[in-house]
Order: sequence, then C-alpha cells, then structure tokens
Amino acid sequence: MPKKTYRQAINEALRQEMERDPRVILMGEDVAGGMGSPGEDDAWGGPLGVTKGLMPRFGRERVLDTPISESAFIGAAVGAAATGLRPVAELMFVDFFGVCFDQIFNQAAKFRYMFGGKAVTPVVIRTMYGAGFRAASQHSQCLYPIFTHIPGLKVALPSNAYEAKGLLIQAIRDDDPVIFFEHKAMYDEEADVPDDPYTIPFGEANVTREGEDVTVIAMGRMVNFANQVADKLAKEKIGVTVVDIRTTSPLDTETILETASETGRVVVVDEAHPRCSMASDIAALVAQERFADLKAPVKMVTAPHAPVPFSPALEDLYIPSPAKIEAAVREVLAFKG
Amino acid sequence: MQLSRDELLHAYRQMRTIRAFEDRVHEEFSAGNIPGFVHLYAGEEASAVGFCMHLGDRDHIASTHRGHGHCIAKGCDVRAMMAEIFGKKEGLCGGKGGSMHIADLEKGMMGANGIVGGGPPLVCGAALTAKTLGTGGVAIAFVGDGGSNQGTTLESYNLAKIWNLPAIFVIEDNGYAESTASSWAVAGSQVGRAAGFGMPAHEVDGHDFFAVHAVAREVIERARQGGGPSLVHVRFTRYYGHFEGDAMTYRGKDEVPRIAAERDCLKLFRQRVIEAALLEPAELDRIDREVAQLIDRATVEAKAAPMPSEADLLTDVYVSYH
Repeated sequence: MPKKTYRQAINEALRQEMERDPRVILMGEDVAGGMGSPGEDDAWGGPLGVTKGLMPRFGRERVLDTPISESAFIGAAVGAAATGLRPVAELMFVDFFGVCFDQIFNQAAKFRYMFGGKAVTPVVIRTMYGAGFRAASQHSQCLYPIFTHIPGLKVALPSNAYEAKGLLIQAIRDDDPVIFFEHKAMYDEEADVPDDPYTIPFGEANVTREGEDVTVIAMGRMVNFANQVADKLAKEKIGVTVVDIRTTSPLDTETILETASETGRVVVVDEAHPRCSMASDIAALVAQERFADLKAPVKMVTAPHAPVPFSPALEDLYIPSPAKIEAAVREVLAFKG
Repeated sequence: MQLSRDELLHAYRQMRTIRAFEDRVHEEFSAGNIPGFVHLYAGEEASAVGFCMHLGDRDHIASTHRGHGHCIAKGCDVRAMMAEIFGKKEGLCGGKGGSMHIADLEKGMMGANGIVGGGPPLVCGAALTAKTLGTGGVAIAFVGDGGSNQGTTLESYNLAKIWNLPAIFVIEDNGYAESTASSWAVAGSQVGRAAGFGMPAHEVDGHDFFAVHAVAREVIERARQGGGPSLVHVRFTRYYGHFEGDAMTYRGKDEVPRIAAERDCLKLFRQRVIEAALLEPAELDRIDREVAQLIDRATVEAKAAPMPSEADLLTDVYVSYH
C-alpha cells in the first residue's frame, strides 16, 4: 500500500470528493492563494500547502479564496450548506474560532433541532490545532472540547494519514456539521493510505494496541505517543491497550467502557487543558459506569491549565509527552487500594 | 411598472395578515397565553411584503428576531406559525424553535434568528449556492438597525461584493435597537456604508409599500442579472415594544399614535388604491374579514393543539448520530 503523508491524505480526500460530487466546494483564507496578486496563482494552497493543486484542478468557482473575515465566510459556508452545497471551509487555526463561533454553535449546530428536523447542514470546517510549532498562545491550542460540548456538532480528530483520509471523506458525506481537527505537527507524518476513496464511520473507536494491564484512551496526536509507550512497555511484559477514540462527538462509549473494564486501570491522554476536557469527560464516564471494575483511580495526562508558551524550553514541558504517559501507566499499575 | 389587480390584492392581504397576526400575538401574550420572548413586526409590513413579492421558492431570505412578518411574506403557513409560537407539536418547527426560530427551508425561509447580525453571512452562503448551481435565485438578509452595527453584517457586505453574489441587504430601521436610538448608534449612514463597499444603495420610506416594492424590484433584478449585491435602507416605525412587555418609556410622547394615524402602511395603501380607483373598498374590507377569520381560527387551533411529548425532546439534534 502506498505511503502518504497526513497532508497528502487530506488533499487526496478533498480531490476525490470534489470529483465525485460537484456540490463540494472549498473556501478559506489562501486555500489557493495569490488571488488578485501579480505573482503565481495557487501560490500557497493553504498556509501549509494542504490544499495545493485543488484550485488549478477545480477552478476558482469551487476553490474560493476569502478575505480574512471568518465570521462572514464560515457563516457563508453554513448558509450554503443549508441551501444545497456541501462546503468544506478552512478555519486556518482553531484559535481563530473566537471571531466566528456564533455561526458554528448558534447557527449550524442548531438549525436541525430549532427548525423541527427539516434543515440539513452538511458543512465541514477543517481546522489546524495543537502545540509543538513554537507558535505560542494564539496558534497552538486544542479547543476540541469546546466544540464537543455543543449538541448538533460532530468532532473528528484523525491520528494519522490513514485516519485523516477516511474520516475526512466521511465528514464530507455526512449530513451534519463536522469540525475536522488536523494536528499541525503531523502533516509530514506518513502512513499506508489506499489510493481509492474509503470512509471511517464516526463514533467507532479504534483499538491500536492490545494489552492486559492498562488501558490508555487517547485522541489525535496523542494516540501516537500512547502507541510508542505501549510498544516500549511490551518489552517489559507490561500489556497496554490503546484506544484511539477518533471522534469526540459522537463518542464510542462502548469501546471505552469495555476496554476500561478489561484492565481495570485507565489512563486518559488529552493534549487539551485538563478542565472540562475529553480527559475529564472520559474519566468521569469510566468512574460512573465501571467503578466496580476499577483497580486504581483513573489517571489523566493533559496539558496544564495555562496558555501554550512560546519558548521551546517551556513548550516541550507543556505538551503531554510519551514520558508522562509512561509515568502515568506505571502509576496506575503500582496503585494498591 | 404598474401592479396588476391580483398583485395589489395579494400585497394587501399579506400586509393585513401580518398585522392581524401580530395584533393577535400581542393580545395573547398580554393574556399570558404565549411563553418566551416575542418581538412584533406591526407597522413594518410594507418592507417584508414589498421585497418578498418579487421572490419565489428558489430565492432565500434570512430574518431577524422580529421575524413573523418575513415568514408570512415568504409563504410560511400562518396556522403552523401560530402553533409554533404557542409551542405546539403541530408548529412549523414542531414547537422546538418558537417565535425567534421560525423557519421553512422549502419556502426559502432560512429562519428568524435570535442572534442580531446572524443572518447576513448565511445569506452570502445562500447566494453562493444560487450562483454556484446557477439557479437564478437571489438571497435577502433582513437586518435591523441594531444588526447593521454587527461585524458580521459589515464583513458580509465585503464578501458579497468581492464574490459578486446575488445578495441584498435590507436594513430595516425602526428607529430603535431595543431602546437605543439608531440616530445615535449608527455612525455615518447606511447608504454611505454601502458606498464604502462599492455597493449600490437606496433609502426608502418603509411606510410606503409602493416605494419599497419599486426599489425591491430594481435591486432584485440587478442581483438576478449578475449585477451583484445592493443595500436598501428602509425607514419605518414599530408599533409595539422591542419585545412584548417593553413599556417603551424611551419613545417620544404620542410617537406611535401619531405615526399610526398619519403614516400607517396599510392605511396609505388603501388610500392610494382607492383614490386611483384600482381596487374597491369592499374588496379590501372582504380581505380584512377573511384575514380576521384566518387568524382567529389559527389561534383557536393553536391553543387546542397538543404539546410535544418527551419522545420529541431528543429527536433531530442530528441527521444521524451513533
């Protein structure tokens, strides 16, 4: 199977869906780039080149560069979705949701319910998240817990290139609004990705490692860290199950609870801040539903309750690392009630 | 262009329906029969009807919190609207939306909106759909004078213009954003703002149906022909408060009774068509009676209709969710 990067997988998913369905359009800041400028057309293909080549293939009518007006163009994507298109809008950094959240959580998320089940709003908002780029406090956040909180939205966090392609095609074909989180530190990471289009259903977690001693539940980039820890500890005969939840909404509670019960020792790894996070959400779920099966308190590994720092020395301390995950696994293993 | 007899009768019936609907909602709300927040459109009817008479189902509108008039003018079912306002299962939105969220996408009505300035970006999207799919449709954002000060509205002017969208921004200026005068809160002028974005703009007396209808025709035709977005600043008067229960202590003495006596859109319409011998008073009286019966029946039915049940609480959050 061909190796492709996370960036290539996303680009391929967009291209294949645009070829399949003329109602799929892209819009966002510099998704092509060079609009109205004297130099090259398709100058950027998105700030990190993820959408490069799509404008020359599909034209300016279907790959729309926008002004820096997130409220207007995210709202336009929502309005276009409610009236018959299937737009994929790019919110360059998820940190910018503050200027356009109304159109997402008050409009897109609520149309179907408020309008008595008659509205269909198949919009996808692709957005970059995560720390590790020395991009400081306003370009490094996770924020997916905020979107997960909103009924009416679906939230996907692909953990590698294979997941990215399948989850994005699913997102585009899905009839509900989907927020699609791309980790900026993963665009160059490769995985085996089939050439043909495929979908990965939402709300079905993926068990990436199986072990008998501890269950690590993770999402996004943290899945890869958890896998590294599981592989390392396997050499010490410590069995670690790793669950990639894939989507935070819908959430595959069944797989989470099953794997939690199997080992009785649970670590939840979430790159977001700890308060009102996926980590606290899943820890509460396991504690409420499987208290009797637990052999140790659920342990959360998260970023601290602080903005993302700029200095490499500080940012490296900030991000949940394989070392922190390993320490948490050893801690729940060592717990004696 | 002269309106036909049928068009005149239709316009009068629509405006009368909105007025009677709003007067009845006012009455029922005052009696404690309607839950929640209600914002009435009485006095403003010529705007909704003057624009929507040029539209069909392929055209979209987005409304405001003061949305009943736009819904009726765009063809939403009046009885289902009344049931919705009473929170009933037979309501247009199954009782889940209420006064501020009445919508009917099949009629091109994208919803009243509880967020001031929520509509203009959505209308850019509807106009983009029309342009992309080549439907020939246009999209109109009705925006209050309060909403004209939201960033979403100004961003939408820019987007509509640079994308050359078949979008129209109708600034419905009733003089007050809640209790704050638009003469104080709006810097510059609405027409001047449009000029800043290179959009054609018009100011029109919203008490005068014929003036609104003529301007609406021009801007809608321009949008349909690919001529891009326009703005219309409609000035008129709301007869009731910002919301039902507003004591309106901020308004001038006798302001509403004076305008209702001298500049009421229904009275002016009636006077004009009768003086020009276009319609007979008896025809208009008959419409008044028929509308009164319709609204009465809608209200009686809405009151008698069943409430939604617990089984409805969690339906339609998603199309599908596993």
